[in-house]
Amino acid sequence: MELKSQAPTGPIETRWERHRFNMKLVNPANRRRHTVIVVGTGLAGGALAATLGEQGYNVKAFCYQDSPRRAHSIAAQGGINAAKNYQNDGDSVYRLFYDTVKGGDFRARESNVYRLAEVSVNIIDQCVAQGVPFAREYSGLLDNRSFGGAQVSRTFYARGQTGQQLLLGAYQALSKQIGRGQVQMFGRHEMLELIVIDGRARGIVARNMETGEIRAHLADVVALCTGGYGNVFFLSTNAKGCNVTATWRAHRKGALFANPCYTQIHPTCIPVSGTSQSKLTLMSESLRNDGRVWVPKNPADVTKSPDQIPESDRDYYLERLYPSFGNLVPRDIASRRAKDMCDEGRGVGPEVNGQRRGVYLDFKDAIQRMGKKAVEEKYGNLFEMYERIAGEDPYKVPMRIYPAVHYTMGGLWVDYNLMSTIGGLFVGGEANFSDHGANRLGASALMQGLADGYFILPYTIANYLAQTPRNTADEGHPAVREALDAVRTRTEKFLSIRGKRSPDSFHRELGQLMWEKCGMARTKQGLEEALAKIPAIREEFWNNLNVLGGASELNVSLEKAGRVADFLELGELMCRDALVREESCGGHFREEHQTPEGEAQRDDENFSHVSAWEFTGTNSAPILHKEQLEFEYVKPTQRSYK
Amino acid sequence: MSKTLNLVLHIWRQKNRDSRGGFVRYEISDVSEHSSFLEMLDQLNEQLIARGEEPVAFDHDCREGICGACGMVINGEPHGPQKLTTTCQLHMRKFKSGDELYLEPFRAQAFPVIRDLIVDRAPLDRIVQAGGFIGARTGSAPDANSILVPKENADRAMDAAACIGCGACVAACPNASAMLFTAAKAGHLNLLPQGQPERTARVLNMVSQMDSEGFGHCTNHFECMEACPKGIDVDFIAKLNRDYLRANVESREVNSSDNSAG
Repeated sequence: MELKSQAPTGPIETRWERHRFNMKLVNPANRRRHTVIVVGTGLAGGALAATLGEQGYNVKAFCYQDSPRRAHSIAAQGGINAAKNYQNDGDSVYRLFYDTVKGGDFRARESNVYRLAEVSVNIIDQCVAQGVPFAREYSGLLDNRSFGGAQVSRTFYARGQTGQQLLLGAYQALSKQIGRGQVQMFGRHEMLELIVIDGRARGIVARNMETGEIRAHLADVVALCTGGYGNVFFLSTNAKGCNVTATWRAHRKGALFANPCYTQIHPTCIPVSGTSQSKLTLMSESLRNDGRVWVPKNPADVTKSPDQIPESDRDYYLERLYPSFGNLVPRDIASRRAKDMCDEGRGVGPEVNGQRRGVYLDFKDAIQRMGKKAVEEKYGNLFEMYERIAGEDPYKVPMRIYPAVHYTMGGLWVDYNLMSTIGGLFVGGEANFSDHGANRLGASALMQGLADGYFILPYTIANYLAQTPRNTADEGHPAVREALDAVRTRTEKFLSIRGKRSPDSFHRELGQLMWEKCGMARTKQGLEEALAKIPAIREEFWNNLNVLGGASELNVSLEKAGRVADFLELGELMCRDALVREESCGGHFREEHQTPEGEAQRDDENFSHVSAWEFTGTNSAPILHKEQLEFEYVKPTQRSYK
Repeated sequence: MSKTLNLVLHIWRQKNRDSRGGFVRYEISDVSEHSSFLEMLDQLNEQLIARGEEPVAFDHDCREGICGACGMVINGEPHGPQKLTTTCQLHMRKFKSGDELYLEPFRAQAFPVIRDLIVDRAPLDRIVQAGGFIGARTGSAPDANSILVPKENADRAMDAAACIGCGACVAACPNASAMLFTAAKAGHLNLLPQGQPERTARVLNMVSQMDSEGFGHCTNHFECMEACPKGIDVDFIAKLNRDYLRANVESREVNSSDNSAG
């Protein structure tokens, strides 16, 4: 299989414009004859379904939550980047493009990234027109801030709830189309199979999660905007329901999965407090602007109350190791150093499974310098959130933080049109692999979701529809019956095992293994161990799973079982991908490949490519395909934060 | 070592929309004080599964207090005893060992129980579909800074827009009114210059939909504000009442001028 990116050539500034002109259009009168399925209603899916509805297509939108407004985009706190240069501080489309390619550690496709930067400005216009209440200055103009170490202020925000407000904007636009009858909304529905007819995606099989009804939904084209797969680690900052099932089912039907090992770890999350922990909570990175990170110098001090540890016995390790950047080093570096400290036995906080995994983030100096009131004004809501969860007052006791899985850069492989290797299967938002390379910049996830949903997919899907015969198959078609049978068989299988272990217990076991062997730092040996263990967990899963209740009712265990089954296959692919990528880049850190200073060591000669995996069977080795990456504009360099 | 709690739980169990429900008593021990309320229920569910009993179904997703999926009535209070806190953000250290807790679904005629602690909140979506939007087609927007919004208005709109659509306001209201929810959504959009052209239709359509869904009337108990995990102020209800009055007058003027033209 040859991977054709379909990316235009020529001057990068006009690639998208020229491509748009060359794409085919669907006459407004013909749009109502087409049906489009959109799975997922976060920023990408919600924006796409709304936009296609406005344009006159028949849209069927699906989400597993009770309402499209609850998709996990809603939890994003910080903001959304756009190259508006409203602050007159030297930002431009080119600079945002440059920063994103570099931030992704030179593992993204330049054409896609440039287009993302280009449409970023339209997103802000669109959101403001919809009534998104972005922060304002007293002049009435939009406010911006600098985010994630960027040297320009290009981030737009709505308090600490930017994701919520952007999602509600898309949700409201979608709601208008639902009210008009242009979009048919299927809440509490989970996609369990992709229907492929003659090489083209023509529909999905979905389960009504309230009644258990399994039904085929047919269409001319299918778009998956189903988010990332961070929950393979069980503990992550993702919502509990986030899962890989939609994209994994498509992968099994022939869509290649790209760069699954690229996962992003966020350094400032609230640490695990006990074995019943169900999820992790992120706190804004802005805390590192004024908080100082430290651990005790002496492992014997880790159980002491922090106020009993004198200055001379504290190790402000980021300030020690990185004198110029100090506590503001990039996410991956801050994360790995925290892990090192805990590996050395200097972690603090409660012991969970025999380990103390936490470091202090101390505001004592900031309170002395700025006064408690100023600290409260700046971080009050975060301190409150911390106290609610951790039960300690961070004005008095230093916060404890630890890295957690936050975002996945990998996903289904897509070309420049955001179409996967299956014709008519489009993928948007975090579910695709396209724009962030090996590492995503802060405030860029929201940008990408909305770029795909509002401004890219509506064009590329129309282009596909204009050149493709409409679907003529009905539910009697063998491919449809086969997909329905597959779902029914699988459901019956889950219910018939009647073993001893719950779906969650397998999920936790897999998650812990993935976190240890395929988390912040990876080694050949660790990955090989994981690759040996995962098939054994999977084997036990299929023989010792316990799902109670029936198929024709609301059955939470059954839903979880399906998701865990897919995570058990994905986890293996992630380890395999991490193993063959014999370099470190962005969020992928192989201990064997680091600079003498302990930083990620890329190998551009051998690994300047996208790894796209082809499924060949649950217990057979996948086939690796490579898309070579060319850097015409941004020349790869080694980063340094010393 | 952290403290642990032993609790007695009376949980509403109901198979589906059509079946009768009732409280079932459970005992749970060794709950860490650092667990969240939903983690306590996770722990109970794991024990139930091990005993061959079906787990308790409850809605939840983000578990960080923003998606609005979770919500149940804990000892008579929607989202439980802690102010400004969703059920998922409530932690067990707020309870004492030996406590007896009654867990029920949000009760309202407009919110039928689907299973156990899960209710159908689709009526809230339909109120938004009736008019809770600004109809700005994708691609039709002017430059973002060409629309000036006074900071005070933007901040106030944000206060209203912070609503997470959980429905606790409805569950807390003796009349099961959805006024706070509707007022928050309408208020957010009506406060912004972009929201002015559709303001009259928005208010009339949203209120009409709210009434047709079977929610009760607002009689100013303000229990909604007390229960709201995001602290949405009842001032927005007053604003909605003003907007509604104005919208009625304006729509009559439009209608009568239509008549005279005809």
